[in-house]
Amino acid sequence: MNSSPQSESANYSPTSLGASLSGFWIWLVVLIVSAVLIWLAPNAAWLAKPPVDWVLPIADYTNQFMQVLVNVAKPMFRLIGEWFAIPMEALQGILQWLPWPATIAIFAAFAWVAAGWKLSLFTVLALMYMVITGYWSPSMNTLGTVLVSIPLALLLGFGLAVITYDSPKVNRVVQPLLDFMQTVPTFAYLIPIMLLFGFGPVVGVVASAIYACPPMVRNMIVGLQQVSPDVLESGRMSGATPMQLFWQVRIPNAMSTIMVGINQATMAALSMVIIAAIIGSSADIGWEVLNQMRKARFGESLIAGLVIALFAMVLDRISMGFSNRSRAIARQHAALTVRAAPWVLALAVVVLCSVFAPQLTWLSVWPEQWEFYPADAINNALKYVTAEYSSLMKTIKNSALFYFLLPIRIGFSKAISPFSWGFALEPWMMHAYAAAAAVIALLGAWRFSWRFSVGVVIATTLLWYGMTGLPWVVFILVVSTIAWQVADWRVGLLSLFAWLFMVVTGIWEQAMLSVAMCLAAVMVCLLLGGMIGIWASRSDRVSAFIRPINDTLQSMPLFVILIPFLMFFQIGEFTSFLAIIAYAIVPCIRYTEHGLRGVPESTVEAATSMGCTPRQLLWNVKLPLALPQIMLGLNQTVMFALAMLVITALVGSKGLGQSVYIALSNSDAGQGLVAGFGMAFIAIVTDRVLQGWSLRRQRELGLVS
Amino acid sequence: MSTLKDVSGTHSAAESSVKISCRSVWKVYGDNVSQRYPALAGQHSDPAALRKALLSEGLIVAASDVSFDVRSGEIFIIMGLSGSGKSTMVRCLSRLVEPTAGEVLLDGEDLLSANDAELIKIRRHRMGMVFQNFGLMPHLTVLENIGFPLKLQGKSSRERVARAKEVIELVGLEGREDSFPRELSGGQQQRVGIARSLAVEPDVWLLDEPFSALDPLIRRQMQDEFLRLQTLLNKTIVFITHDFLEALRLADRIAIMKDGQLVQLGTPTELVLNPANDYVAEFTKDVPRDRVITVGELIENASSDVPVDAPRIASKTTLDVVMPMFESHPGGVVVDSEGVTLGVVTPARVIQALAQHQSSS
Repeated sequence: MNSSPQSESANYSPTSLGASLSGFWIWLVVLIVSAVLIWLAPNAAWLAKPPVDWVLPIADYTNQFMQVLVNVAKPMFRLIGEWFAIPMEALQGILQWLPWPATIAIFAAFAWVAAGWKLSLFTVLALMYMVITGYWSPSMNTLGTVLVSIPLALLLGFGLAVITYDSPKVNRVVQPLLDFMQTVPTFAYLIPIMLLFGFGPVVGVVASAIYACPPMVRNMIVGLQQVSPDVLESGRMSGATPMQLFWQVRIPNAMSTIMVGINQATMAALSMVIIAAIIGSSADIGWEVLNQMRKARFGESLIAGLVIALFAMVLDRISMGFSNRSRAIARQHAALTVRAAPWVLALAVVVLCSVFAPQLTWLSVWPEQWEFYPADAINNALKYVTAEYSSLMKTIKNSALFYFLLPIRIGFSKAISPFSWGFALEPWMMHAYAAAAAVIALLGAWRFSWRFSVGVVIATTLLWYGMTGLPWVVFILVVSTIAWQVADWRVGLLSLFAWLFMVVTGIWEQAMLSVAMCLAAVMVCLLLGGMIGIWASRSDRVSAFIRPINDTLQSMPLFVILIPFLMFFQIGEFTSFLAIIAYAIVPCIRYTEHGLRGVPESTVEAATSMGCTPRQLLWNVKLPLALPQIMLGLNQTVMFALAMLVITALVGSKGLGQSVYIALSNSDAGQGLVAGFGMAFIAIVTDRVLQGWSLRRQRELGLVS
Repeated sequence: MSTLKDVSGTHSAAESSVKISCRSVWKVYGDNVSQRYPALAGQHSDPAALRKALLSEGLIVAASDVSFDVRSGEIFIIMGLSGSGKSTMVRCLSRLVEPTAGEVLLDGEDLLSANDAELIKIRRHRMGMVFQNFGLMPHLTVLENIGFPLKLQGKSSRERVARAKEVIELVGLEGREDSFPRELSGGQQQRVGIARSLAVEPDVWLLDEPFSALDPLIRRQMQDEFLRLQTLLNKTIVFITHDFLEALRLADRIAIMKDGQLVQLGTPTELVLNPANDYVAEFTKDVPRDRVITVGELIENASSDVPVDAPRIASKTTLDVVMPMFESHPGGVVVDSEGVTLGVVTPARVIQALAQHQSSS
């Protein structure tokens, strides 16, 4: 026993040194092989682009399979669909029939109970906006769909979590399933659902239940597993039967985490119901926005988009309020009269409205002449602004495209042209570029470590040839080696498999376009989000200012985010780029702030007492310790960027998202699923690499056990 | 091993009925223990050899061949440092942990053969347990927490409240009935834990490091409180601690564990005076001898020159109490047990005893 620590430490250093050096040799071999392949590529067509005859007809097989499935199972699914339609239509009917003040009163009562009068007031104002803009009826249709899909998602999630939480075996199956449910773009699985259930609002219900289920399952599993062993043992020693232990000990103890899951599931369900409007199902608010957007009526789409935004905020704050309430364990034993007041008031409004509705028709339907609909004013203002600043906006757009997006996609070697950069590429520039890269790499090896140099070589090579210009074999080789070296050999294999999937399904080119777009957006997010995060970590005021903005952005159904950018920059690559950044930057900000604020106080004190300047404190102490957290944020950012990428296909981005979108309009399940799985693979590989690294690093730093 | 038997042998006179009995209990962790343990146990009949074989196979032995009896109404303390297997042992007694091998008898019945329903019944009516981190339900009030075991039994709300109020009074928590655990201090939370464990009126009371999470001043208070409760209730207690001084203060008998093995079992005095090995001696070396040794252990045969006016004192009196008496009675004191003279203790004998233990440590 006594000798073991010694022998351990004696063994440790040689093996770790060996490991770091073996990494060096691996990288040397990989880079030399890559260089040879790049040199060979111009003369070997199969190296430059994946050969077309390697493509397996996986999409066709999928379609044939779907065909069979649809033929066999369609009646069953249609039946299920009809069942779902019953409560949905009933709810929509009730919501349409109820006078609007009654519905608003009920919502206000919920808001009051969840979080007090401020939220209640906000809810009333938000819902009033829907009334006076004349979007009440489509909003209520959306609400009806959401109210059916949420319980469905919660029920599904609850069941999955219950069979998963204490069984590692089931967990091994369910976790990857959840990964795919969350990362396969929603458009992609709308297709098979549509084929099975037929067109109609039920597709929205089913798709959103599937999409909203994973956050519920994940939170619930975490909640159930995190119940402290002491509490469980005390429950067992109190003589609880397994059923009692589950319902009276585990569930109440996990409640606050479960409520977080319910909040996230609610937001996901709303988001998906809105997206499902793309198949043109019913007169809901998602369809209104999409319709206006397609007709390039930006004022109208902004007004309707705001309805969705307000909807999201109201649902988010109310469910969040209930979640916080369950966390505040010490509930107040307020008098019954106080607790019942909001409900009694709401009931009074409902009764009064029902009584007077026949006489006062404006209670049921808001008269058109009372509507406030400033679409023309917005459109005119927009026209003025875009005309006035058109040259400025053109400059911004073109600089971003020519100097940033294009080099990442096609590389300096092709991006530099008289048209875009103002001069042609000369051979000496190439030599200078290579020389500069070599100098930086060598300096880095001398000053930092060989890993830095490897990074420099990869980055400069990538920027020269671009995502689409790099031979595909080299890309797969380098990316999989990164996955292997940063995480472990399993992730390396997964990466290899994922990229080969793109090759054999013939979606390589689109995948590279998506990767390029995603990479560009994520780089901006990391830089900008990191800076905002650092700022927010230093100032409580900035933090308090940023937080509600982040919350709002995160709870926003995705295509609402497109609208403002679409207004100023029209359809195209740049609008997609900005929309992705706007949505995906949030985790970078949050995790950077969280990581920096989470650095142990004692460490900061120790560093300060040694005489660290604030700058040294940030760069030498706080950032290294916060880096694992920041990487988790980066991971989330990549996930968000990929999710948004699909939606931006609506405004003309290229790549896998576009493929999915096209497949959706052709009802081509095979193509849609293949492209969808392609995106899921990119997401999952990135996730495994970043999380693997972050966890290992946190363990090394002793931040987690 | 031989010291162990000797020590418990000296106490056989005071032995009352055995409440809990542990017979060669093993708890082994690792992959496939259910197959690998019996295989190895078949090859090695000697416990020491078996332990060696298990460890060499990379299995974790949390309890190896532990045997002891807990008598009715005694405070039996299992003392050990972290990883010594003491928590495992108390969990084997309540079957929160399933022993790999061995027997646990409760009132002579085999606890390990009880099925799930029987086990739940035993836990509901015959056992109470207190946990280091309290194990309170954060969503229930003090009153609801204490009534929780009764609720699980399906008792009516009126019954639960009535019983909970009784125990609340017992542990001195009146006025906090409607508080939630988070609103209470650590000491108060543990009072709730104690009250809850007593709500079902168990006869076996298991306490797993109940005071370790409290600060020293509160810990001391709670120990006194605990002794007061025990004089009232007279439960059979198995108490786990890593604090030797706490064990000395509270125990009737102490079992010291190390690496899953029982190192020594005896009364506090026996441990201090005759530590079985260096490991135990390490704990006992700083304990003032005069507070542990009793006059009863130093009796010389009653000789003729007993001073007539010598004070008579009880045999359980410790030396720190007796020594001041020698100032006025240099001839010694008479030791007596309920009126019967047992013998004489002289200053010389006391000095000899203290000197002896001083040098041995």
